[in-house]
Amino acid sequence: MKKLDLPLSKERIKELHAGDSVLLSGTILTARDCAHKRMAEYLAEGKELPFALKGAFVYYAGPCPAKPGMASGSCGPTTSARMDAFAPGLLDLGLGGMIGKGEMSAEVADALARNTAVYFAAIGGAGALYGNAIKKSECIAFDDLLSEAVYRLEVEDFPAVVAMDCHGGNIYH
Amino acid sequence: MRTVNIKTISDAVYAAAMKAGVELTSACRQALESAYLKEDEGAARFALGELIKNSDVAREKQMPVCQDTGMAVVLLEIGNEVFLEGAPLNEAVNDGVRRAYKDGYFRKSVCDPITRKNTADNTPAAIHTEIVAGDKIKLTFMPKGFGSENMSALYMLKPAQGVEGIVDAIVSTVKNAGSRPCPPVYVGVGIGGTFDGCAFLAKKALTRDVGTRSQRADVAAIEERALERINALGIGCQGFHGRVTALGVSCEWAPTHIAGLPVAVNVQCHCVRCVKEEI
Repeated sequence: MKKLDLPLSKERIKELHAGDSVLLSGTILTARDCAHKRMAEYLAEGKELPFALKGAFVYYAGPCPAKPGMASGSCGPTTSARMDAFAPGLLDLGLGGMIGKGEMSAEVADALARNTAVYFAAIGGAGALYGNAIKKSECIAFDDLLSEAVYRLEVEDFPAVVAMDCHGGNIYH
Repeated sequence: MRTVNIKTISDAVYAAAMKAGVELTSACRQALESAYLKEDEGAARFALGELIKNSDVAREKQMPVCQDTGMAVVLLEIGNEVFLEGAPLNEAVNDGVRRAYKDGYFRKSVCDPITRKNTADNTPAAIHTEIVAGDKIKLTFMPKGFGSENMSALYMLKPAQGVEGIVDAIVSTVKNAGSRPCPPVYVGVGIGGTFDGCAFLAKKALTRDVGTRSQRADVAAIEERALERINALGIGCQGFHGRVTALGVSCEWAPTHIAGLPVAVNVQCHCVRCVKEEI
């Protein structure tokens, strides 16, 4: 079991191989379908994104309503393949990697290799565990998208598996 | 005749929904534990271990086990000696669902199929009623997530395809689904009846405890054969490769037409949530 602090250096990313079990701590950003569409619109119009992409890790998830006194409700991953069209462009802009569920496309694999980035699979269905690993949650962009807005999460010991690494390794193959 | 106030039903639905959202069935929990022991060191075993922890955290903190708290599937077997007093039954069930999804901080996941506008309170529930003998009401509450529901299928087989055809249909449905329905899955199968009835049998099969066998020996043999072949696929927990791709296969059957052999396969993720109450 590897304990990793985000963001990750390129050297650290190179040490990761598909199948490695990890615990992630640090900052991640949530974004799913609608937020990606919005990011693509910003970039197409040449507008600057309202948050820094460089080295950031994006989590394909939409948090559930939090109970009073908790930072987040249950918050498991959603299917990453729906973000296949967006991920390569964001990786080329410096995104450190992604966290989601299920296999991503060959184009994403190429972009991971090209940019020394990594794709982690979170465990689908472990919503309570992830909600509990979130220590802080703050909406930082696109708040009109509600649960699909971009949230900055502080996570501690967030369990994941290296699904696609920067060497072409893919756990689903 | 026994009179039951409809508020009793609404409150029972509320309590069942609140519990179902945050707790796996004990049979599912046991199946996950035994799956964990069957896997070698690696990603699938790691993921199973985390799922077991997840069910502990959910129960302890009363948080949804999975953020997909599903569509509310409600089965009611109502004794023919029961008189329901008050508002219409469906209204009472939906009232219980509405209150539970709000109070439990559950996700509201029901929308119009065309406009996709969310109904904002997770109603309506999918309600199935059956009139049976007696003066009791049996309530079954099952939140059904759609990552797995989307992987379900219905086949109108030829009678000549027989048992092999049935098993092939079950196995190929799970194989095609791959990692998408959040394996290890629980597979509910309907065999026979009509097109619509067969799909309902598959849903009803999922209300059985994981690991139970049909009382009919030839149907139990289909369950065992299908489970063995599914686990030989090697998909494993989350698609991470492993020995356990399904926690169980349950088949329910009904007589069908001489010209047909309907087979419905309803896929459930590893998060089996189902609460039963008798009123």
